[in-house]
Amino acid sequence: MAIQQIFSPLPGIFYRKPAPDKPAYKSDGDTITEDDTIGLIEVMKSFNEVKAGLAGKILRFLAENEDAVMAGQPIAEIDV
Amino acid sequence: MAIQKLLIANRGEIAVRIIRAARELGIATVQVYSKADKEQLAMRLADESIEIGPAQASKSYLNRDAILAAAKATGADAIHPGYGFLAENADFAAAVEAAGLIFVGPTAQSIRLMGDKVAAREAAASAGVPTVPGSQGRLETADAAFDLVKLTGFPVMIKAAAGGGGRGIRIAHTAEEFHHLMPQAQAEALAAFGDGGLYVEKLIEGARHIEVQVLGDGHNVIHCFERECSLQRRRQKVWEEAPSPSLTPAIREKLCASAVALAKAVHYRGAGTLEYLYDDRSHEFHFLEMNTRIQVEHPVTEMITGVDLVREMIRIAGGERLRIRQDQLRINGHSIEVRINAEDPAKSFMPNPGTITALDVPGGNGVRFDSLLYDGYTVPPFYDSLLGKLIVHDEDRASAIRRLSCALGELKIEGLATTKPLHQALARDADVQAARFHTAWLEPWLATNAASLATAEAAPPTPATAKETAPSATGGQ
Repeated sequence: MAIQQIFSPLPGIFYRKPAPDKPAYKSDGDTITEDDTIGLIEVMKSFNEVKAGLAGKILRFLAENEDAVMAGQPIAEIDV
Repeated sequence: MAIQKLLIANRGEIAVRIIRAARELGIATVQVYSKADKEQLAMRLADESIEIGPAQASKSYLNRDAILAAAKATGADAIHPGYGFLAENADFAAAVEAAGLIFVGPTAQSIRLMGDKVAAREAAASAGVPTVPGSQGRLETADAAFDLVKLTGFPVMIKAAAGGGGRGIRIAHTAEEFHHLMPQAQAEALAAFGDGGLYVEKLIEGARHIEVQVLGDGHNVIHCFERECSLQRRRQKVWEEAPSPSLTPAIREKLCASAVALAKAVHYRGAGTLEYLYDDRSHEFHFLEMNTRIQVEHPVTEMITGVDLVREMIRIAGGERLRIRQDQLRINGHSIEVRINAEDPAKSFMPNPGTITALDVPGGNGVRFDSLLYDGYTVPPFYDSLLGKLIVHDEDRASAIRRLSCALGELKIEGLATTKPLHQALARDADVQAARFHTAWLEPWLATNAASLATAEAAPPTPATAKETAPSATGGQ
């Protein structure tokens, strides 16, 4: 088992859901592909999708919904 | 009761603007800040500062309780909300007054009335102000709405009663589109605003956006003429000017008189703006909505009238009557404001937070730069992308455009990409120079002129993994 991290591509507010009343894009334990969206980053009022960029299984999220994140900060751990 | 100590419940360039005005009036200032905003320019200028919460606006600048607690802790007797955030939140205005403090703005009742776009249309109609042809009151059912659009004809805009500022708008060109969009609009309005009420307006294609600045003291109202803000991208204003280059004196007089009539009918207090669509082929204007706050583009009005709008609104909030009579106001010359945003016009206006590595600010006669910038400042990613507003004033529009070009040439902001190249290209454009534009002019222009917008000042590389999806629904300016 090899563990890799997904890093935030941008600084801003990290959202795990597409909208406040919608379920999370992905949960711990989900299997993902490279093109899957795992969250949104709000930067200066514009919303940007975060793609997984890796295929594997999500071990855990390191950033929670509505956390402030910096560019390059790890946001999830993936078992690839 | 004159204000002794003013708390600024905002951030960025408008906080700087309000602090300056308060200081000129001899009023002490308190600047609130989030954890991500400790380095902001407003805090360097204010007499004192107080933290109100974490970076997320929802937990700091939008947190009513935190702001009221900050006012109490610092002994402020008044709160200025600026624009955006809590500026048009009637419950906040009421809570400020209930706490025994002065809200620098209109009454909660005025904010609530004008915030309900259907009620505002009705107030306008009963004050004799022409509104865009469309529904009288809310449309509760899709059938009622369809009966109406059969009369107005297509295209129509479906708007949320609780929306505003361009939010919650859908455009239907045909009956099929209308039947498809109406239920969607209803569901979206309910989800976004907690109010599924809708109204329908005829879409007036090729119209200009013209707005009238008013000042009221609760008894009397004056206007400070109009601004034209037809150059918009995604319904956000980009370039604003005063006076409008497209009005004749007779129409200007009618338009401004209609704004005063509506503001008087609601006993308006403070600075406010009535937005209109103007069709320069039929010479008809139609009331759109009223913004019950100071606006981003207020400086162009200040430049042509000599009235300091922010100072006047603070004086009125402190209990003074209007000091200016309508017959004392004249239009002097022409003023243009361009918004310098931390967005890269060469990359679909990608937001661009970062650190300012060099800053040269233009100067000279008739040049004003209202901004949140200083050399070495790191622009946080959490808030609006507006860095500053470059404002010029000159004897006429052609001279003002030349002065704008010169000032943009002097403006140097290094470390992040800005919208400066967009404004340089617009100032060179023959249609802009001739004022041949309307609210749907800029977006197609951007599509054909994208190549000329490459920024000369290096931007940090943006990662390829981030794809912009949609603009936020939380824009407040």
